[in-house]
Amino acid sequence: MSGEHASMRIIDGYARGGADIAADEVWALEAHLEKCRVCRDRLSAAVMAQAGAAAAQAPAVAVRRPDVSALVDTVWSGLEPELAATGPMPRRRRWSARLSKWLTPTMVPWLAMVASVTLLALLLDMVDTGSGSGFGSGSGEVSLVLLLAPVLPVFGVAASWSRGLDPAYELTASVPRAGLHLVLRRTASVLVVVVPVLSLGGWATGVTAAQWLLPCLAFTSATLALGGVVGVNRAALALVTVWAGVIVAPTLATSRTTFALQTDGLPVWGLICALGIGVVIARKGAYSVLGAHR
Amino acid sequence: MTPAYSAADIAPTAYAWQIQATGLKVRAGRKRMAVDGLDLSLGTGVHGLLGPNGAGKTTLIRALATVLRPAEGTLELLGESVGGRGEHRALRRRIGYLPQEFGYYKRFTVREFIEYMAWLKEVPKADIPAAVQRAVERVGLADRADERMKALSGGMVRRVGIAQAIVNDPTILLLDEPTVGLDPAQRLRFRELLQELGTDTCVLVSTHLVEDVAAACTDVVLFAQGRLVFQGTPDELAAAGGPEHVGDSPLERGYSALLLRPEQERGTW
Repeated sequence: MSGEHASMRIIDGYARGGADIAADEVWALEAHLEKCRVCRDRLSAAVMAQAGAAAAQAPAVAVRRPDVSALVDTVWSGLEPELAATGPMPRRRRWSARLSKWLTPTMVPWLAMVASVTLLALLLDMVDTGSGSGFGSGSGEVSLVLLLAPVLPVFGVAASWSRGLDPAYELTASVPRAGLHLVLRRTASVLVVVVPVLSLGGWATGVTAAQWLLPCLAFTSATLALGGVVGVNRAALALVTVWAGVIVAPTLATSRTTFALQTDGLPVWGLICALGIGVVIARKGAYSVLGAHR
Repeated sequence: MTPAYSAADIAPTAYAWQIQATGLKVRAGRKRMAVDGLDLSLGTGVHGLLGPNGAGKTTLIRALATVLRPAEGTLELLGESVGGRGEHRALRRRIGYLPQEFGYYKRFTVREFIEYMAWLKEVPKADIPAAVQRAVERVGLADRADERMKALSGGMVRRVGIAQAIVNDPTILLLDEPTVGLDPAQRLRFRELLQELGTDTCVLVSTHLVEDVAAACTDVVLFAQGRLVFQGTPDELAAAGGPEHVGDSPLERGYSALLLRPEQERGTW
């Protein structure tokens, strides 16, 4: 402790007015007091003790505290009206401060949209299976949830890191925390919203978790990988278009779950996912410059 | 006793200039070179970056903020070479940047937004509340700090932008058109703040307003078509102009003398 804190000798001397300690010691002590709460407490105890001792020695004289504390009182009474006018700092809204480290306010409506679309798809699926009519009936049950699962996180990822949607994109790109780390943080928060909603949908419609989770992750990593090259906005748009053209349209036309979404297609999705992650890591510098946000 | 200073406080400076560019070329878009062979050295002080629209001022400031990579040439900021694939985290902690289009989140209060920016700039967690309060007071927004951003006027939003740029006590401060939207009284206050910051920081302010430069800058950088035209004190710029040149003040005449040479005049504007 003595290695880190001021000795009692110096503190006592300082409380007496600092006349009997060397100037460099006063300087070092004051610099230390600014940073050290323990020593400030010890100093105030020393001041009080000396005032008490003085009062005991000469009870006739009114309790006279050292000049230092008189000075502190003067400064305090001068400051008080100003401090009262400023008003106390309101309590920080801890919740929102912590949340903003994971997602930006622009992402909230998009995530809400993703969640409500999933629930709507789930509702349609339930109605379909219940009544036995609609496009889902007939040969091979086509689950809308399954059909939408891969592209849902893409919207969230686009909202989290794009030039057009995020007003503070340029500021964010210029900060030290920008880059892969921040992108992954925001992507993770997108998945935290999307995956539970989808697992609810998957559980209700009875498709295995891997069937929707792998395409979902594959599309997320592909968006980021492609986004590092042409910009997340364009990447998201391209992937959604491809998905709608190649998978959704034929499926709805034939009312049959395509090969891509059956369990046989899973290794391919796994491969795309791994490939996407590899590209993202290899090109991680792309997320801290402006080009990647176009 | 714990030392009252940190190792960083007494470390010797390893560079001659905070900003040093040699033959710097930066692309804007795919083809156009917005900064085309720039040689520039800037030290401590307030540097006014003047130039016509489309001269490449914003592209230059973006390159200095390390959000655009130089296409050619070398750029050294605080002795560290910028370029390649690195993320420059340590360097970016010492840069403050106010973009021309300052975007913000309307739902945040002023304090929340600057706290968020301080977090993004990796200011140590324990120092954030004090740093935010100091920045807010420096731009004169202490009484509005807990209002939401959407309730602020244009000038106040601009001041929030300046506050977020200085919240990490930068060594290089880059302000792109900071005086847009400020009323005359706020501009005067802003010039004082610039002079104060310029005593220990390398401040680069891009502006259209020649009078801002005259009042607050120790140094003028005149920039046109991606190249350096002139660098010197405001007095030297004023001396370049004569009564035969266009302009209402000596500085404006100097500006026109250096930029509006007959052979360079292409359009009427």
